[in-house]
Amino acid sequence: MTETKRIKAYGDALDDGAVQLSFTLPVDAGPLARAAALNLAVQMGLEHAEIAYMTPVSQGFSFFVVYGRCRHSVDLSRLQVAEAGLEEMDFFEINDYIKEHIGRKINVVAACTGTDAHTVGIDAIINMKGYKGEYGLERYPWINAWNMGSQVPNAALVAEAVRRKADAILVSQVVTQRDIHIPNLTELVEMLEAEGIRHKVVLVAGGPRISHQLAVELGYDAGFGPGTTPRQVASFIVREMVQRKLGN
Amino acid sequence: MKLNLDSGLVENCRAAAQKIAADVQDFIRDKTTVAVERAILRLLGINDAADGVPLANIVVDAIAARGELNLGAAYWVGNACKQLGLSPAAVAQQVAAGELDLFALPRFAPEELHPYLRQLARPGLQRIADRRREREEMLARLPMGPAPWLYVIVATGDIMQDVVQAQAAAEQGADIIAVIRTTGQSLLDYVPHGATREGFGGTYATQENFRIMRKALDEVGERLGRYIMLVNYCSGLCMPEIAALGALERLDMMLNDALYGILFRDINMQRTLIDQNFSRTINAYAGIIINTGEDNYLTTADAVAEAHTVTASQFINEQLALAAGLRPWQMGLGHAFEIDPDLEDGLLLEIAQALLARQLFPQAPLKYMPPTKHMTGNIFKGYLLNGLFNLTSVLTGQGIHLLGMLTEAIHTPFLQDRYLALEGAKYVMNNARHLGQELEIRAGGKIEGRAREVLAKAAEFLARVADIGLFAALEQGMFAAVKRSRDGGKGLEGVVMQAQGYCNPFLEEMSTELREAQRNDGNKAD
Repeated sequence: MTETKRIKAYGDALDDGAVQLSFTLPVDAGPLARAAALNLAVQMGLEHAEIAYMTPVSQGFSFFVVYGRCRHSVDLSRLQVAEAGLEEMDFFEINDYIKEHIGRKINVVAACTGTDAHTVGIDAIINMKGYKGEYGLERYPWINAWNMGSQVPNAALVAEAVRRKADAILVSQVVTQRDIHIPNLTELVEMLEAEGIRHKVVLVAGGPRISHQLAVELGYDAGFGPGTTPRQVASFIVREMVQRKLGN
Repeated sequence: MKLNLDSGLVENCRAAAQKIAADVQDFIRDKTTVAVERAILRLLGINDAADGVPLANIVVDAIAARGELNLGAAYWVGNACKQLGLSPAAVAQQVAAGELDLFALPRFAPEELHPYLRQLARPGLQRIADRRREREEMLARLPMGPAPWLYVIVATGDIMQDVVQAQAAAEQGADIIAVIRTTGQSLLDYVPHGATREGFGGTYATQENFRIMRKALDEVGERLGRYIMLVNYCSGLCMPEIAALGALERLDMMLNDALYGILFRDINMQRTLIDQNFSRTINAYAGIIINTGEDNYLTTADAVAEAHTVTASQFINEQLALAAGLRPWQMGLGHAFEIDPDLEDGLLLEIAQALLARQLFPQAPLKYMPPTKHMTGNIFKGYLLNGLFNLTSVLTGQGIHLLGMLTEAIHTPFLQDRYLALEGAKYVMNNARHLGQELEIRAGGKIEGRAREVLAKAAEFLARVADIGLFAALEQGMFAAVKRSRDGGKGLEGVVMQAQGYCNPFLEEMSTELREAQRNDGNKAD
């Protein structure tokens, strides 16, 4: 039995519940708009809600900055958190880990799939240059990494994964307007299952709107959001491979 | 503010870029592409579709299938027009309906038909010239504010929603509206038809969508007493066709980079370089300002280490633009504010780069792109980054100022994001309007030193590219650290060698007029 630990949002005193938010309403700025914004804030669970700022943003639209005290709280002891996390290893530790536990170079195939043309995320993880001062996977002596670039059809990614005997497949999705990434990510899982190779690879999704939880729900082994560095991804891949005995 | 630059180095850069551009022009001179030919048909008035397939595609595909595209689509359509006494549009309709076989008709000798083709081209040329005059008249009546002009994007996927957002942005102070294209359009080998209400990360570029947005911006411009410019994307596999449609519907600016598609969309380099030439000629003739894409280099490469590739590419884009008939005021050469914000004195380097571009291309309305790579989701810090970007822009006299969004890296802009961006930019630019005229760059200081260093590296880089040629440079990954092969990438199958008697009546007429205008520019400059 764990002890309950309830917390509220924090402004300048414990449990004051202070939050700030901003939004637009499709109504001209004025007393009616102000009342509407306040009403909305109350429905969102804010007490002592204050409209700090209201301004027209164009015909028929007004913009608000609102402060209030959110009455809701969360019990930390009852939360279950899905996180790909684990402990990160650094560049040298990861290479040593592969050498020691797998004993051969591992193969990683990566792509921005579907119509997505934004490679900035996948480039940060894969390309030599890397991200935030960390080398990308291409630079790892114990990793063979292939970055297929943008707008890669799922079928082409699966074919490349088979050809390269991929141990891990990384998929980047940046454009998520109208949830276009969901069917696209799902299709890849279905194709890997149809090919009978889903269980043989570590399957990872990444992108600004990708959470670990979402990725797992869609049938991926992990999901990585914004700010992820190459070694976080590499650490996950190699540990997962060893855990699932994929290195043989 | 003036940088003390080595004018010999500047001349070296221009000479090298000129050689690079001349080599490219030599290569493309005797070639055409399916996209060039479709653009010709569109300018001839073939802009309808059958069951959603553009007639321009149907006709060009029919000619290509017979292996006869090397005489040019204008020849085959023109031949049918003259034999049958029909308009190009009517010929295309009959071909699409399967009622007409272009190859079953008697044939005029190609050269014999050229005067007739020039005549057929006249209404299209006239329509573009009318659009251009219309713009000039409107600009005189509804003058734009001082540069930097504020440029925002709309990207809802639904042209009707785009209209709402664009009009709102104009009311909030935007000078320029770009309708971002749906992701993936650059790789379509046709231009979709009609108004579209679905897209991802943007809205399809179609002639009807152009028309809808043009009308909406004209309306709001009249109301505000300011002309609002409209931008779209002349890139991808349909570069020249988009240029044709933009010219016909009075777009004011086009993203139109010579190398972007090659590097970032893996489009074949031969295809792109041929396509960009005709697309730029059309833009030049239509009085459209092009925007080049050097800023993109810095999204994959480091902005400090690779700054010279931006400068080098600006020189190359300038020379290719001149070769296509563009005039300096039409060259929105690109660069970006992408230096890591954690770097000490990073702002000094940004100012150096922006001022260097300003000084190297004094007549060009430089296109300055906001921070994107170092936007993290921390909207508060992001807003501040945009503030320094705005300050650098007004301080150094940039022309086309893309507004940074505080929610960059989170979602396509909300209405309020755009409002906040415009409010911030207007504040900074008004508040610091003439700061640049009050300050001098310290001789031998950090800013000048940085600008001189970038210029020197650019000169060295350009000399190397000039030495091996642009194609080999692209093969070796000299731009944006991306390697592309001469015969790789998408669209090579659409490249065709011209046969004796080939005719592109628009390119000939436009080039003749544009050369004349350029000569006048030269005389004035002397």
